[in-house]
Amino acid sequence: MTIFLQEYLPILIFIFIGLGIAIGMTLLSFIAGESKPDSEKLSAYECGFEAFDDARGRFDVRFYLVAILFIIFDLEVAFLFPWAISLGSIGLFGFWSMMIFLLILTIGFIYEWKKGALEWE
Amino acid sequence: MLYDYILQLLIIVAQIMAVIAPVLISVAFLVYAERKILALIQLRKGPNVVGPFGLLQSFADALKLITKENILPSGSNKIVFLLAPIITMVLSLAAWAVIPFAPGWVISDINVGIMYLFAISSLGVYGIIMAGWASNSKYPFLGALRSAAQMVSYEVSIGFVIITVLLCVGSLNLTKIVEAQQTVWFAIPLLPMFIIFFISALAETNRLPFDLPEDESTLVAGFFTEYSSASFVLFFLAEYASMILMSAMTVILFLGGWLPLFDIYPLNIIPGVIWFTIKIMFVLFLFIWVRGTFPRYRYDQLMRLGWKVFLPLSLFWVVITAGFLVTFDIVPN
Repeated sequence: MTIFLQEYLPILIFIFIGLGIAIGMTLLSFIAGESKPDSEKLSAYECGFEAFDDARGRFDVRFYLVAILFIIFDLEVAFLFPWAISLGSIGLFGFWSMMIFLLILTIGFIYEWKKGALEWE
Repeated sequence: MLYDYILQLLIIVAQIMAVIAPVLISVAFLVYAERKILALIQLRKGPNVVGPFGLLQSFADALKLITKENILPSGSNKIVFLLAPIITMVLSLAAWAVIPFAPGWVISDINVGIMYLFAISSLGVYGIIMAGWASNSKYPFLGALRSAAQMVSYEVSIGFVIITVLLCVGSLNLTKIVEAQQTVWFAIPLLPMFIIFFISALAETNRLPFDLPEDESTLVAGFFTEYSSASFVLFFLAEYASMILMSAMTVILFLGGWLPLFDIYPLNIIPGVIWFTIKIMFVLFLFIWVRGTFPRYRYDQLMRLGWKVFLPLSLFWVVITAGFLVTFDIVPN
């Protein structure tokens, strides 16, 4: 267990050092830069008129659809990772099981395509 | 005993600094190189005032930006607003922990290296979504939506491309992936995948011709419209650091990492780390060249390319590669 985790300790330290640099730079800008806020400077950016209402409005449902499709295909990729590196030891049986899995997914993909889930006009 | 631990810790910290410092410095020179190459493409001079040949331009810019006022928009969620660039920066640095620069020159040689890189680059979306949401302004919001959708779309094909490489290697370890290319670089047998990976890398790092998330002519500056000062610098650094990272990934997966061009006398005495750097610079030059010569894609074209061309093609190539390896019984391991 300890030997297994030893490999990951440098990554953890790496992340902390990265955090230190990033937070340090953010703090430095508050110390080094003079701060003279006024209401115009702090208002949200807009082209030529006052920013009206909240910016977090409704957005196109297709972005949501892309997120759902992404989950399906990313999970598929996650399934493929262990399969790809152990293909030598699982032999023909492993190969054909994955092919059937991919076939089912491809049918789903064709259905999506025909339904117009991938259309952006 | 305690001293041993402290010594070990200091060695690790020194190694990490020896990776982070060159990465940050190369970001500065990459920005300079980009401006200079674009200038040459457009028959301009580019930066030539600060330092000899303008070499210190990026450092001057960084210094100027950090001493500027860090503006926190009144409608924004202050904590998330400040956190977003920090997260983006940390993620684009953290990925470097597993990159092998030469045989044995790696901070953490974990056996799931490529998966770690894949996971870290997936997390990159969070920084952008947080920035777009926390700004509470229209342009960052739209930019973040576009960016998130684009990044996840191309990540799927990147995943499939990685799978084809893994099929030919039989390991997730990055050092093993490079060593497997001793006979032939994967860019040759897997040429279509190499091209898909390179184009997806452009989309994944929001580079032209896929820079719709920060499309100046419609979205001002995309998800970092509201950012200024050090927070802006962090986004900027992270963007270029992840560009270098994607080039490093391209080199490791397809261009033989630290391996020399040919394993013959004058070429194979050059140290691996220099080969690795030269190859990364070559890929980065391609990134800049593409920026200088291609017009921007439209958003529907971008999504069509990702979902209707790259996804089926890379999936098909996974099947072909696996079928080929199984048929001729040459699966590694």
